[in-house]
Amino acid sequence: MMEFLLIPWVQAVLKIVVFVLMFVMMLGTVLTLMERKWMSAVQDRIGPNRANLGNFRGHGLLHLAADGLKSIFKEDTIPEGADRLLFTIAPFFAFVSVIVIWAVIPFAGPIGDFKFQIADINTGLLFIFAITSLGVYGAVLGGWSSNSKYALLGAARATSQMLSYEVFLGLSLIGIFMVYGSLQVGTIVEQQNTYWFGDLIPKWGIFTQPVAFVIFFTAMLAETKRLPFDAPEGESEIIAGYFLEYSGMRYAAFMLAEYIAIVGLAALTTTLFLGGYHVPWLHADGFHFLGGHLPLSPWLVAVLQLGSFVTKVIFFCWLTIMIRWTVPRFRFDQIMDLGWKRMLPICLGNIVVTAIVLLIYDWSTAAG
Amino acid sequence: MIAEQYLPVLMLIGLALGLGGMFTLLAIMLGPKRPTDVKRMPFESGMPTEGSGFRRYHVRFYLVAMIFLIFDVEVIFLYPWAVQFRNLGLFGFGELMVFLAVLVLGLVYAWKKGALEWE
Amino acid sequence: MEVFFYLFAVLATVGAVSVLLIRSPVYCALALVGTFFCLAAIYVLLSSEFVAAVQLLVYAGAIMVLFLFVIMLLNLKSDQPFALKFSIPKIIGLAVTVGILAQLIGVLNSPAAKVGPSGEYTIERVSAEGATEVVGRLLFTEYVLPFEIISILLLVAVIGAVVLAKRYVASGEEESG
Repeated sequence: MMEFLLIPWVQAVLKIVVFVLMFVMMLGTVLTLMERKWMSAVQDRIGPNRANLGNFRGHGLLHLAADGLKSIFKEDTIPEGADRLLFTIAPFFAFVSVIVIWAVIPFAGPIGDFKFQIADINTGLLFIFAITSLGVYGAVLGGWSSNSKYALLGAARATSQMLSYEVFLGLSLIGIFMVYGSLQVGTIVEQQNTYWFGDLIPKWGIFTQPVAFVIFFTAMLAETKRLPFDAPEGESEIIAGYFLEYSGMRYAAFMLAEYIAIVGLAALTTTLFLGGYHVPWLHADGFHFLGGHLPLSPWLVAVLQLGSFVTKVIFFCWLTIMIRWTVPRFRFDQIMDLGWKRMLPICLGNIVVTAIVLLIYDWSTAAG
Repeated sequence: MIAEQYLPVLMLIGLALGLGGMFTLLAIMLGPKRPTDVKRMPFESGMPTEGSGFRRYHVRFYLVAMIFLIFDVEVIFLYPWAVQFRNLGLFGFGELMVFLAVLVLGLVYAWKKGALEWE
Repeated sequence: MEVFFYLFAVLATVGAVSVLLIRSPVYCALALVGTFFCLAAIYVLLSSEFVAAVQLLVYAGAIMVLFLFVIMLLNLKSDQPFALKFSIPKIIGLAVTVGILAQLIGVLNSPAAKVGPSGEYTIERVSAEGATEVVGRLLFTEYVLPFEIISILLLVAVIGAVVLAKRYVASGEEESG
């Protein structure tokens, strides 16, 4: 009776519903509120807490519903002289690029044949980055179709910035691929649960590739146009950049896509550099530490791994938002200088150093 | 079959397009529509809009895009190399050093010619 | 899976034809992006994942963005609707197209086209080793020389881009940015 659950595409649909709709979309939506809450904490304020149902306020939780309803019933305007078709399809591109990432993110280790991952494709990250690179179209089309000077300037800046940092994103990952020898996310995560010095230090990306970690995280901030890289949409300079002319639900679409992008950034950083879902020293059959062994049932292991993954993701979401409220905005020329004149040479140097270290390491382990 | 593994990716693209469609439909169906001339004016910090929103941009934006294109292609050649690096050993390392050296030459040239300067 | 092949093949063709028929350069570029996406999907159906990813990354994610960027920032707008006008170059073009089409049909009907998949790298072998791994191994052992020549090509491209762009910067047109 439950046999239909074994059909691959039924499983895929279920995983998409649970992982993407229930986890990612929810977390993205909640982040819109958490950002304002955390920001007010930084600024010594209480933050949004006014929306209420009778006496129930829920510390501002009702603002989520209030914001959603308000965007739905806001007037939907399209400026004069805008290209209506392009104006309409631009938000679609924004969604595609932030949602497809989730195809390759593993949420927990496999139990038997069942993977907590939507698709463990062989070219994994390469393919996903190929599709995310289409996200630029959202900015270009949205800005250009609006017939607004600010929007066009925002689009030009957004495109230059996203294109530039895509290069450094790719280059920083080369080191990871060299160390783990695969583009497949499942393999990369599995390899991060091997250890140095017997059982002691896990080979997480942050330990094997510390420079790449810093560059990757910075480049991801720039890709998602978060502060300090938000010159393309700086409110006090060019209002909102390329989606300046959007209103109501279309504006909400861009905003939601940005928050989902933050969750995606957190998940990718976790997966590649913080051991993904792994808890240190926890293997499929329980804990192994300094020769000791504590057996655990596979389901308990999966639950622990899910918890570890979610915790790490939320940590990086928090870090991203804290960076926004701590660091001032860079000027656009500073952003470009940082990229092409600092990060690019560091990336290339990192690849060369990684190659030499790996050669020596492999040679020394082979020699004895 | 490799292609079957990509079915979920296609589903996710469908989901994303569906979401976009849902938001757009909600905006069109439920949002009120009372356009006035002032509302339809492209925003210009409260001043009356002057001229069209389109203007020509500085050539440095194209320059960045072109340099990006070249380095993007370079990165793509590094992917298969990185995956095979530990099997290729010293020989693969030498190959890549030659490849990178030529590209660094290009980078130095662009740098010296001021193509990376924003001002 | 055949359904998907026909779906993407038809969409790719529709996109390609639209590039010819649409007058607005922006929509043309978008139609071409659509075609590239469908081609990538067809590569996936052929079990050639690496080529598919590169197709998307280079063509849809980089080259077409550059195109669109140039079109938009130069404000190349065309309000002329499509009109079917005949001129001598168009008639010559039509003749050449029909010739190529006839040739294609001839080739596809020849016995050589009906051999089917052959060669050392079968789908089974590539999927066992991984598409990227196979490309990497071949590129860095058998095809080293072409690979190194590519770096020279890229160098030439950098120099070309800088030389062209710097000429305009020197002429000092007043533009915003």
